[in-house]
Amino acid sequence: LQDIRNTVGNIPMEWYQDFPHVGYNLDGKKIYKPIRNKDELDMFLEKMENPDYWRTVQDKMTGADIKLTDEQVDLVHRLQRGQFGDVRFDPYEPAVDFFTHEVMIHPVTNRPADKRSFIPSLTEKEKVSKLVHAIKMGWIKPRKPKDDTPTYYDLWAHEDPNSILGRHKMHVPAPKMKLPGHEESYNPPPEYLLSEEEKLAWEQQEPAERKLNFVPQQYRCLRAVPAYSRFIHERFERCLDLYLCPRQRKMRVNVDPEDLIPKLPKPRDLQPFPTTQALVTEPRQPPARRPCPCPCPWLTLPCPAGSDDCTVRFWEVCTARCMKTLPVGGVVKSVAWNPNPTVCLVAICVEQSVLLVNPCLGDKLLYGATDQLLESYVAPEEERVQPVQWVTATMEEHSKGVRLVVQHSKAVKQVTWHGKGDYFASVVSDNSNMQVLIHQTSKRWSQNPFRKSKGLVQCVLFHPIRPYFFVATQRYVRVYNLLKQELTKKLMTNCKWVSSMAIHPGGDNIICGSYDSKLAWFDLDLSTRPYQMLRHHKKALRSVAFHKHYPLFASGSDDGTVIVCHGMVYNDLLQNPLLVPVKVLKGHAMTLDLGVLDVLFHPTQPWVFSSGADGTVRLYT
Amino acid sequence: IYPHEPKHKKKVNKGSTAPRTFYLLKDIKFLLHEPIVNKFREYKVFVRKLRKAYGKSEWSTVDRLKDNKPTYKLDHIVKERYPTFIDALRDLDDALSMCFLFSTFPRTGKCHVQTVQLCRRLAVEFLNYVIASRSLRKVFLSIKGIYYQAEVLGQPVTWITPYTFAHDHPTDVDYRVMATFTEFYTTLLGFVNFRLYQSLNLHYPPKIDGQADVELKPAEGKDYAMDSESYLEKLSALSASLARVVAPTHEDEVEMDEFPVEGETAEQMDARKKEQEALEKHKKLFEGLRFFLNREVPREPLAFIIRCFGGQVSWDKSLCIGATYDVRDPSITHQIVDRPQVGKQVVGRYYLQPQWVFDSVNAKLCLPVADYFPGVLLPPHLSPFVTEQEGDYVPPEKLKLLAMQRGENPDEESEEEEEEEEEEEDDNDKEEEEEEDESEKEEEMKLKKMEEQKTQSNKGLPVKVTAGKLRLEDKQRLEQEQQSEEKRLAIMMMKKREKYLYKKIMFGKKRKVREANKLAAKRKAHDTAVKEEKKKSKKARRA
Repeated sequence: LQDIRNTVGNIPMEWYQDFPHVGYNLDGKKIYKPIRNKDELDMFLEKMENPDYWRTVQDKMTGADIKLTDEQVDLVHRLQRGQFGDVRFDPYEPAVDFFTHEVMIHPVTNRPADKRSFIPSLTEKEKVSKLVHAIKMGWIKPRKPKDDTPTYYDLWAHEDPNSILGRHKMHVPAPKMKLPGHEESYNPPPEYLLSEEEKLAWEQQEPAERKLNFVPQQYRCLRAVPAYSRFIHERFERCLDLYLCPRQRKMRVNVDPEDLIPKLPKPRDLQPFPTTQALVTEPRQPPARRPCPCPCPWLTLPCPAGSDDCTVRFWEVCTARCMKTLPVGGVVKSVAWNPNPTVCLVAICVEQSVLLVNPCLGDKLLYGATDQLLESYVAPEEERVQPVQWVTATMEEHSKGVRLVVQHSKAVKQVTWHGKGDYFASVVSDNSNMQVLIHQTSKRWSQNPFRKSKGLVQCVLFHPIRPYFFVATQRYVRVYNLLKQELTKKLMTNCKWVSSMAIHPGGDNIICGSYDSKLAWFDLDLSTRPYQMLRHHKKALRSVAFHKHYPLFASGSDDGTVIVCHGMVYNDLLQNPLLVPVKVLKGHAMTLDLGVLDVLFHPTQPWVFSSGADGTVRLYT
Repeated sequence: IYPHEPKHKKKVNKGSTAPRTFYLLKDIKFLLHEPIVNKFREYKVFVRKLRKAYGKSEWSTVDRLKDNKPTYKLDHIVKERYPTFIDALRDLDDALSMCFLFSTFPRTGKCHVQTVQLCRRLAVEFLNYVIASRSLRKVFLSIKGIYYQAEVLGQPVTWITPYTFAHDHPTDVDYRVMATFTEFYTTLLGFVNFRLYQSLNLHYPPKIDGQADVELKPAEGKDYAMDSESYLEKLSALSASLARVVAPTHEDEVEMDEFPVEGETAEQMDARKKEQEALEKHKKLFEGLRFFLNREVPREPLAFIIRCFGGQVSWDKSLCIGATYDVRDPSITHQIVDRPQVGKQVVGRYYLQPQWVFDSVNAKLCLPVADYFPGVLLPPHLSPFVTEQEGDYVPPEKLKLLAMQRGENPDEESEEEEEEEEEEEDDNDKEEEEEEDESEKEEEMKLKKMEEQKTQSNKGLPVKVTAGKLRLEDKQRLEQEQQSEEKRLAIMMMKKREKYLYKKIMFGKKRKVREANKLAAKRKAHDTAVKEEKKKSKKARRA
């Protein structure tokens, strides 16, 4: 029995936490808590120094520290190990059977057996009879042996076409497996076996890329054929295909390729057009890099060819004779005849100036009249500020035929005449707003129509009838009204870089050639987008041209060909123009990746001139 | 339902382009109404309960649960997917291939024993049907397996069986997917079989004809298997015909009434009639022939094929039950052997390699047996599924075969010719070559001339006037040229899309031609190589 010093009983000792005492002794006196003024450091020192620290515990009831004795420590250890507290207790002593270890002469209990142990149980009987009754009545049935084999019957006995689900009509049956070809045979014809290289190629291909998913093999007899190791794989893949592949009807184009070719009128019915090469000039040495054939308005009259060797040559078409050679002292970029039939004048771009040349060929009356016309100029009283300088030719130049020199500040790229023959426009390779200049011959003055530059101007063109002016920049063709001085239209060419442009003599249609080998046909009445894009050439287009009278247009390209197309424009506005390529003219050799540089039609005959990088000018008739 | 390819893959996939499968919400909602979904839920609950019972080791509960295992049937799904019987037949290919594959699986491991047994049973039933209806049309020994094509109620049904070897089961195949498919396919095939047997007035499940025969067998059958299995075994032996519900009173003999279809000319009628006759003849290809299969020959496919065409077949008694007669039977006409040599030959029967059976079936006639004697280098085995279109490469063997089918007998002639050729040997070859060379030269000359003419005409100023005779050719040539140029110009005017299409088609055509040419060249090279070898061997022999 423990000695009770504290009489508080079995209560939580926290209740005395805040008091100086922990309870009362038997005499009713307070038991005071021992004075504890140890801090953590003291505790730690004690822990380190006191060898009995581990067996010191605090008595909660008295608050005093108690050192456990050896026996007590032993007890704690035993209890911790789950053993009995008493050392002397033997848990494994032999068990003694209470009833049978000694045979008694009298029964332990002498109670006679119950009657109910001899008669059947009534409750059980009741239960059994209930079951029997249930079995008799057929309420309880023995567990049926499970029949694993599925039963089949005529599932499609009543086929009702109306009961087919709507969604089933949309059902796409899976395509059947591909049937095997000769190459899958165990003994294929020898040509189906793969050669060594083919086998190597087969092995290097991705499995998905292979045309055959097996290597054809030959076995001498059926006995030698082994199992196909990928059989299960193939079935599995088929399963995957069946349930994972989206099923959709793909419209397979099943057309005869001949039907795809559009039905066009036969070129034979669209004659005349140039078909054969009639004239070739001798290749110039050094080769002329940029000759520009330019037939004059008159039938028999010569055509000048500008060239890199600083000359302009005049040819007579019908005799193929070089009538005149005009040295100009500079690279000729562009040549243009005056379209006015009463004036015999050629505009020639030479470096920074435009020469107006009277070649003095043909009808004497005509070129005399031209000279007179030029000389009839009277200088105005007040000098106007002009972007260019108009210089009358010196005597020496005059004798060669040069009449006027229009000196620009930069190199001139292109010159083009207005239909009436009085105005002409020149394009300067410049980035400023001075790129395009319009000059008037009779008054000898020039003007700069644009205030701002809208990009690099490629070429310009006058409308043949109306006062419109076309300016082709890299991507767009702008149409200006010269009278109102405003932008009327902006044509989107859908090309990367326009190279050249030509206008139908009717004035409603324009073609644009571009360096990305496309030719755009615009119908000005229709829209600002091309009516048709023709991708006939394989390489960049250098030049395009319309015929003055015949419904023909031609395009020359770097692939060395000139393609002549029939481009019929109908007066009826409802009918779209008919474009039919009629002839591919070959002949120009490729030099330095350049083919045909310029094409031009004869003003009256269905003939086309082309100049090539090989230094020749060819005439196709 | 099937996955759906979305129009905007990126949009649907929330910006990522990783490959995923998409289903239409509509389809999924449709599936939710499926009664089988409830069954699946029940099954899930069952599995959960079972697991719980196992965990608590309540074995009586486990037994009870197992007894009450919820089952589901796929009948209505079959019916829904194939509203008509013809639909089901059309999709039978995969079902058959799958069942035949599963029936060869071992009874352990990969799938349930019941499934394998069921597959085997259904496959055998189907084979028996094909025999009974004689609807087999084509067979093909491929390196993958044996392809069969039968015409069931007018639908071609093709299936493939693997060669009977143990499978080495791949690890990268999900057998659960296959098992799911097989579950559906077995259901489908069972119903189809039932219907097919019904259509032929046969008992379903099949019963072997002639009860006496069956009674004789059990004693023997016991040697092989248990009683329950021996029946299936016997059935799968394919040697006995099936019992009919109604005794066959030569109903086949009843002539079909001819209903002249309107708008059909007499020629078409005749053609149809001829076709019919050919078919009948094909069906009775092996009628009256008695085959014996040696033990090294794959028994089941051969027995199946021979029985399909009316032949009688037997094999060694120790090989399989169902053998009807012995090797020593004198009435045997053909013995199928797959060994280089035959030990003891009996007079009065052909010893043939198994390929003869297959080739004969495909050729629709009994081929000459000489090429198929044991130990002989076999002629190539061609696929009957290939129908060559114009421009395709046709192997020479096929040409020979086609000629034979037409009733000509070019085989012997050609062989004779070949022999003659070989005898004539060098001279002939050389001459031919020379001839070819000459013709080539001529052609070249012509071409050159033409070119010259062309250039001349291009120049426009013919400096030399050539003879008038050449002009005639020139005109034709010119016309052709003009036409081709017109075409070229027209092609230029095509729209971009059409041009693309046109180019694609033309590319495909060209590729086809190229492939055909390649094959032909290979064949030619091979033939010449063989010929030279022959020559060498002959010379060696002579020497």
